[in-house]
Amino acid sequence: MPDSIALLPLLVIFPLLSGLLLPLLAGDNPERVRTFTLISTIFTFVFSIGLLIGFDFTQSAEFGLVSQIEWFSSLGLTFSFGVDSISVWLILLTTFLMPIVILGSFNAVKERVREFYIWLLLLEAAMIGVFVATNVIFFYICFEFTLIPMYFLIGIYGSSDRLKAARIFFLYTFTGSMLTFAGIIYMAWCNATQNPSMIGIWNFDFSALSTAYLYMTDTQQLWVMLAMLAGFAVKVPIFPVHTWLPLAHTEAPTAGSVVLAGVLLKLGTYALVRLAIPMLPAAALTVAPVMGIAAIIGIVYAALICWMQKDIKKLVAYSSVSHLGFCILGMFAINVQGISGSVMYMINHGLSTGALFLLIGMVYERYHTREMAQLNGLAKVMPIWASFMVFFAMASVGLPGLNGFVGEFLTLLGAFNTTLMGPVYAAVAGTGLIFGAIYILYMVGKVVWGPLKLPAGHDDPKHVTDLNRREIAVLIPLAVACLWLGLYPNCMLKTLDAPSQAIVDRIYVNADKPLVKPIHHGFDSTSNPAQLTVLDSQSSEIATIKLQGVSN
Amino acid sequence: MENQILYKLGELGPEIVMLIGACFCLLVGLHKSAEIRKLTVAVAALTLVFAGFFNTWQVVDSGNVWTLATFTKMAVCGIGILLLVFASGLPDKLKMSQEAEAHPENFDPGNVMRGEFYAFFLFSLTGVMLCGGASDLVWLFLALELTSLPTYVMVATGRDSIKASESGIKYFFLGALSAAVFLYGFAMIYGATGVTDFVSIRNCVSETGITPLFTLGIVLSILGIGFKIAAFPMHFYTADVYEGAPTPVTAFLAFVPKTAGFVSLILVVSLTAKVNRQWVGESEMEYMRVFISLPDTVKAVLWVMAAFTMTIGNVMGLMQTNVKRILAYSSIAHSGYMIVGLLGISACVYGQTSSNGAAGVMFYLVAYALGNMAAFGVLACMERNGDEATELSDLHGLSSRKPMLAALMLIANLSLVGLPPMVGFAGKLYMFSAAVNAGFVGLVIIAVVNSAISAVYYLRIVNACYFKPVDGDTQVVARQNRIAVAVVGSVLAIYLGLAGNQLAGITYKATVAELFKGQIDTQSVEEFVHVRPADTTVTAIKAQINHVSQDH
Repeated sequence: MPDSIALLPLLVIFPLLSGLLLPLLAGDNPERVRTFTLISTIFTFVFSIGLLIGFDFTQSAEFGLVSQIEWFSSLGLTFSFGVDSISVWLILLTTFLMPIVILGSFNAVKERVREFYIWLLLLEAAMIGVFVATNVIFFYICFEFTLIPMYFLIGIYGSSDRLKAARIFFLYTFTGSMLTFAGIIYMAWCNATQNPSMIGIWNFDFSALSTAYLYMTDTQQLWVMLAMLAGFAVKVPIFPVHTWLPLAHTEAPTAGSVVLAGVLLKLGTYALVRLAIPMLPAAALTVAPVMGIAAIIGIVYAALICWMQKDIKKLVAYSSVSHLGFCILGMFAINVQGISGSVMYMINHGLSTGALFLLIGMVYERYHTREMAQLNGLAKVMPIWASFMVFFAMASVGLPGLNGFVGEFLTLLGAFNTTLMGPVYAAVAGTGLIFGAIYILYMVGKVVWGPLKLPAGHDDPKHVTDLNRREIAVLIPLAVACLWLGLYPNCMLKTLDAPSQAIVDRIYVNADKPLVKPIHHGFDSTSNPAQLTVLDSQSSEIATIKLQGVSN
Repeated sequence: MENQILYKLGELGPEIVMLIGACFCLLVGLHKSAEIRKLTVAVAALTLVFAGFFNTWQVVDSGNVWTLATFTKMAVCGIGILLLVFASGLPDKLKMSQEAEAHPENFDPGNVMRGEFYAFFLFSLTGVMLCGGASDLVWLFLALELTSLPTYVMVATGRDSIKASESGIKYFFLGALSAAVFLYGFAMIYGATGVTDFVSIRNCVSETGITPLFTLGIVLSILGIGFKIAAFPMHFYTADVYEGAPTPVTAFLAFVPKTAGFVSLILVVSLTAKVNRQWVGESEMEYMRVFISLPDTVKAVLWVMAAFTMTIGNVMGLMQTNVKRILAYSSIAHSGYMIVGLLGISACVYGQTSSNGAAGVMFYLVAYALGNMAAFGVLACMERNGDEATELSDLHGLSSRKPMLAALMLIANLSLVGLPPMVGFAGKLYMFSAAVNAGFVGLVIIAVVNSAISAVYYLRIVNACYFKPVDGDTQVVARQNRIAVAVVGSVLAIYLGLAGNQLAGITYKATVAELFKGQIDTQSVEEFVHVRPADTTVTAIKAQINHVSQDH
């Protein structure tokens, strides 16, 4: 479908322009700003639906739609757009969550309203940019740019300790991704100088870099992998670099937390699936067991921390660390179940954890506290809220029939079946499920059930209102999506098989391949025209240099 | 010989225009009538515009051939106009000048500053232009001194304040010391080779090889020029001088001597460069590399300089609370990054844009100037009782007082951090990819880690603008000329980040003409900068090479 090609740049440009032009189009009136942003994000969602319809899932191992816009061609940079079925689903998740976030934050922000929505729109553009990019630098730019809006969302609209949270969030992720930047340049350099078909031309397109590993030794691959992990593992976050996340989550405003948990963390996992693992097959196999252990420690350790939390939001924040451990476990299992399960898990975690943050935000707006000790038995005064809470808590735990189950099961299956990890890994990670159930149920038991207890100043049950229509409208789509993906996961799962299979094939077929003999690229100063070794060649049109005036 | 001088004079049109303009400034600045005296800025601006057009005309006339000289002139004229707009009105604010102007009938020419300020401004810029065209050691020395001498006076422009006088004196003495150091170096180069013009030096070196005396000369020259770019170990003056000078002059110092320094460094380092030719690749994919290599000593000196300069600049920057001092240390750090780029010429391959570190440095100079100008432009709007207010706390709450100024400051700082899509990122990518190409992976890692450190203090500035409530009695005096500079700087910083391809191409052509001078016919350089020549077969080139080697 040729029309869909234009959709890819549009998906990035539309939110970007709405954000930049918002002051002109919507003025200064908070009501108008909110409505404008909502409509704009709904439009973006409609575009992404168009993308879904136009996308040919039968060839989902390839980048189905591709378009390019000129940029720094002399440095090998173009704005290249393309999607495969992994990115299509993640784009859909992003565009689906955004209107919900906007609607959910209608009353949360009172000051500097316009700025708030500008940052959210810019954030949306950057996040979609990450998923549609097929040039590593373009990808990296969008990846990095997400930091700025988030920095401001936390720093301006967060709660008491927001400045520290914003700073730590920025510095952690920025430091890691600078190392990733060095790794990307190094990989591109290996490709440019060692790959004879590149003849020294730099190219950062996925297609060009996907063969770079053929010209890299295992050690080189490992170093680049470590550089990439430095940036991506912080973003995910993987134990032990997860420490920024609870602070950022607790301090962020509700909208920020939802976007952070829903999509921003997935940028890290997506980057691993898209760049790190397929582009560095040998290194992926080498680090897989270690990453598996890190994932398992993350799962169990974060779950235990959750158990100890007194703040509901912090609990859900730590649960993200635990849940994303499953994601990492599945993807480094490097088999079809593991990888497709991991992608499933990304989507599901975005839906259910996003919903939990929204629910907590709704309580916080009413009571201005998130302490479990002060909030008990809310089912008595807020029955609708309570039922949603139980529903999404179950989804988050992974109750069969709801969405969380499928991804969890597949990632564990993947870890069980792979030679890189094995049953022990799966078994230990499985205990994370039990702990997960314990802490969530513990939280639900205290906050939803039990004797009613409300914080001082709000303790008159008569003044407490249950969810209003807007809030219900925010939660219903999420609940429907959770239920649908739980009952009929196959609609998504079957499209993930082909790209997962492609990644697995790349790694196992190519990892053992002998290294292509590197071409000599010596910069030794000993060679000069007099010592040139002139080799014979039958037919070659490739010559980079036209030697004029050599005799000068 | 005589013809050569005449030919050179023909190329010096823009410089001659500048010198005449500077003399006019002196005349107009001391005219009897106050109306005419006020026109001094306009005369200076006209001079710059005219010199810029002259230079453009020369480039177009020569068939779009860019050289280091023409590019430097172009950059100096462009950025010079911005600097001039920034500095306009500065001399009028001084107490001394105001007293001299106070009695129209009794005008005291002895005390007025205006004429000499703008004249020195133009003289200094002329010096940079001459540096670019230098083809001889003596010429280079004179050009460097012409750049520096006026700046000593300009720093002390605010004679009313003790700080300004202090920084003027510090700057002068250390500047004189550095001039002695690099002059000593030049003398040794002359002693080693017996000639002063660059082509003869290169020829001499390629015949006799690199002697210890020659190396010593080069190293001393590099260290001496290090003062101009504020590089370790000649960086000590930077913070004090930047802080003491009036802000527009600080902006001037951050660009003009730095440009002169880096252009001279490129020239001096390329004296040691050796042009190598080598066949690479498998027999069918074989192609020829023409690349530059530097002697190990020079590489080692630059390596150490770069590592220390970056680290000292950034670590010291962390400890500052005065924005001018922060920007001063960041200026040191940026010099460090640019030395990394400069090292990138030590494997600069002919025909590959992305491997030319010198071009990266020229590109980054422009990128840095734009970001810096925007930051200083905003900072100059902060005043307390008519004096400059440059503490971090003076910026508190800027976003609520003047959202536009805060946004400009944000863009400026993000560009300086090197965050995409601002031009700072493109510049870093350009330089670092060249350095990786030259094999300096370790240094590039130090550089990216340093970029991460620098984020801390740039964010502090952003923090102050966005997250802190207004405190103190700082006034925001929105002077149109300063805001205009900030707007142009930040708009260009974004524009060139997205569409700087042409600029990158021009810097490439300009530097490659210099680096491969006399080795490859530079007149035909632009024909195959981007296009790989397919018409010349390898055999034909080989025949040529054989021919050349037989000649030797």
